[in-house]
Amino acid sequence: MPIWIYIFKRILQSVPILIMVTIISFFLIRLSPVDPLAELRLNPSISKQTIEYETKRLGLDKPVYVQYFYWAKNFIKGDMGTTTTGESVSSKIKERVLNTLLLSLNVIFWTWLIGIPLGVIAALNYRSTFDRLLTLLSSAGMAIPSFFFAVLLLIFAQKTGLFPIGGLTSANFYRMDLIHKITDIVHHLFLPSFVLVTLSLASLSRQMRANLLDVLNSDYVKYAIAKGIPKRKVIFKHAMRNAINPLITLLGFEFAGLLSGAALTEYVFQYPGLGRLILEAVMKSDINLVMAGLVIGSFMLVIGNIISDILLRITDPRVRAN
Amino acid sequence: MNELIKKFKKDKISIISLFVLIFLYLMILFATFISPYEKNYSDRSLSYSPPNNIYTITPEGKFSKPYTYNWIRNFNTHTLNLEFREDRSQKYYLHFFSKGFEYKLFGIFKTDIHLFGIDEGGKLHLLGCDINGRDNFSRLLYGGRISLTIGFLALLISFPIGLIYGGISGYFGGKTDIILMRISEAVMSIPTFYLLIILAAILPSNMTSAQRFALITVILAFIGWAGFARVVRGMVLSIKTEDYVKAAKSIGASNFRIILKHILPQTSSYVIIAIALSVPGFILAESGLSFLGLGIQQPDASWGNMLKEAQEFANIIYRPWLLTPGFLIFIAVLSYNIIGDTIRDILDPKSKIRT
Repeated sequence: MPIWIYIFKRILQSVPILIMVTIISFFLIRLSPVDPLAELRLNPSISKQTIEYETKRLGLDKPVYVQYFYWAKNFIKGDMGTTTTGESVSSKIKERVLNTLLLSLNVIFWTWLIGIPLGVIAALNYRSTFDRLLTLLSSAGMAIPSFFFAVLLLIFAQKTGLFPIGGLTSANFYRMDLIHKITDIVHHLFLPSFVLVTLSLASLSRQMRANLLDVLNSDYVKYAIAKGIPKRKVIFKHAMRNAINPLITLLGFEFAGLLSGAALTEYVFQYPGLGRLILEAVMKSDINLVMAGLVIGSFMLVIGNIISDILLRITDPRVRAN
Repeated sequence: MNELIKKFKKDKISIISLFVLIFLYLMILFATFISPYEKNYSDRSLSYSPPNNIYTITPEGKFSKPYTYNWIRNFNTHTLNLEFREDRSQKYYLHFFSKGFEYKLFGIFKTDIHLFGIDEGGKLHLLGCDINGRDNFSRLLYGGRISLTIGFLALLISFPIGLIYGGISGYFGGKTDIILMRISEAVMSIPTFYLLIILAAILPSNMTSAQRFALITVILAFIGWAGFARVVRGMVLSIKTEDYVKAAKSIGASNFRIILKHILPQTSSYVIIAIALSVPGFILAESGLSFLGLGIQQPDASWGNMLKEAQEFANIIYRPWLLTPGFLIFIAVLSYNIIGDTIRDILDPKSKIRT
């Protein structure tokens, strides 16, 4: 089966899941006793027409299941309503999604770049001091609450003044030239990324180590070594490829974990990402924004899973054969 | 099971972790006995007071019974800071097994004996006070009661659901399987933490603290079952083809009986591993929720909501004793992780995560 047919099939398969996600989210949010327009009504700067328009748009005068279809219709059209402050939800979400993607992709990149070699070294030096140290450190890394770690790093930033405290850009960002803009963003990204990389590095390096150990024990590797192929070549050409494949499957899950872990980290660092947006929306009971954020977050997760499946198909001939 | 215990005993780090956990659970079990103050005892004049210094050597250089001084609060008009200094005029001695507030040990035995106390008029705050002048040490113990048990309670809800859901899905197969698995996939497709905060936020605000605790537990359980159910289903798919299941079917056992009595017990080693590895996740989730103010609410204490104070810069820099709950969460989660890994290594010889 050519790869593009597979991609098409995979996308089709995820459509019912996404529809179910929207149904679950919608009814969960409608379970709450909050009037979705309460905040709008209290806001004097919002005109009566807007409220009437919103009532109609959401179908609030109709039963709940009809409201869902109203919501779905608008959502497909790209209209997610207005926030309690009167802005359009879709433009707000768009900006935040990009920021969260920037953070997550950055984290995944560094986790893989550091985690894979660490796992490989540990596996090749099975039961050595390095191996034990890595195991211990990764246990510790997985046990730190992300928000607590973030708070500790904030103290560090405050005391040393080496890193900016919170946000994604400095106050004078718009007056900078391109190079300064980029360094400014990198500077701000460093601490939140550091927290998230530390947390996901732990599990990734352990997985890599375990996978490589498994593969090194397999018959084909032993056979290759017995045949006299240099060990280095066996490891990097034959064993590594099969050890990495399961990690690609995990990539989707990793992305999911990142979205969740990022929410708290974003909150502590005041990073303008999707997690913090949802959190603020939840606190202000901004129903439209919560609903949109939840659905968009789920979309990102499903897309992440699809991408990891496709990658696996490209790298692993065994999956293609099935 | 004996095999498990025997191999477990050989692993020194796991044994240490186990003792750490036993210690923590004993502390919270005897929280009322150990803590010198009641959960909601507050002395506003001691707001943000630092931990008491305990002296065993007098200024004259002689050994003495442990004693401490009270804090005097003073507003420094130059630095605009609240400063605390010791009131050296009066020593307050520490006593063990002294009388304090009245409580019921284990909810049964009425007593007023506490592990330690201080002379009349003295204030003993081993880990300082929070913004309301409440004793940080006592609240850590009471908070631990919530933080360390909520994971287990959530487990008691989510695991039976996951087992039965996965069991039914795998056993019946076909359309049932497709529908059930699509639903669990959909639940898993919602980023867990987003789901958590939204569920916590739709809770009505006028609940009693017991109701809130119960509902937060249910919410935590709600995010854990789907992934677990999928793994159970996978195992059931292979178990149901075994001959003994066919035998049970041929002598007329009902489907429900086969699932409960014959198939699910076969998944037990995975279940034990999953339990050990998922408690820390629940602990972290609760602390995260409470940290944001969506979980356990004031005046109840939990390690997460105590850390809420760490959101303020002045606190983390000038009042580091307010960060102690974070270290306790770290220690508890680390111990659980280490024990979970060891159990997995023993029950699943293929896994080589730990040495």
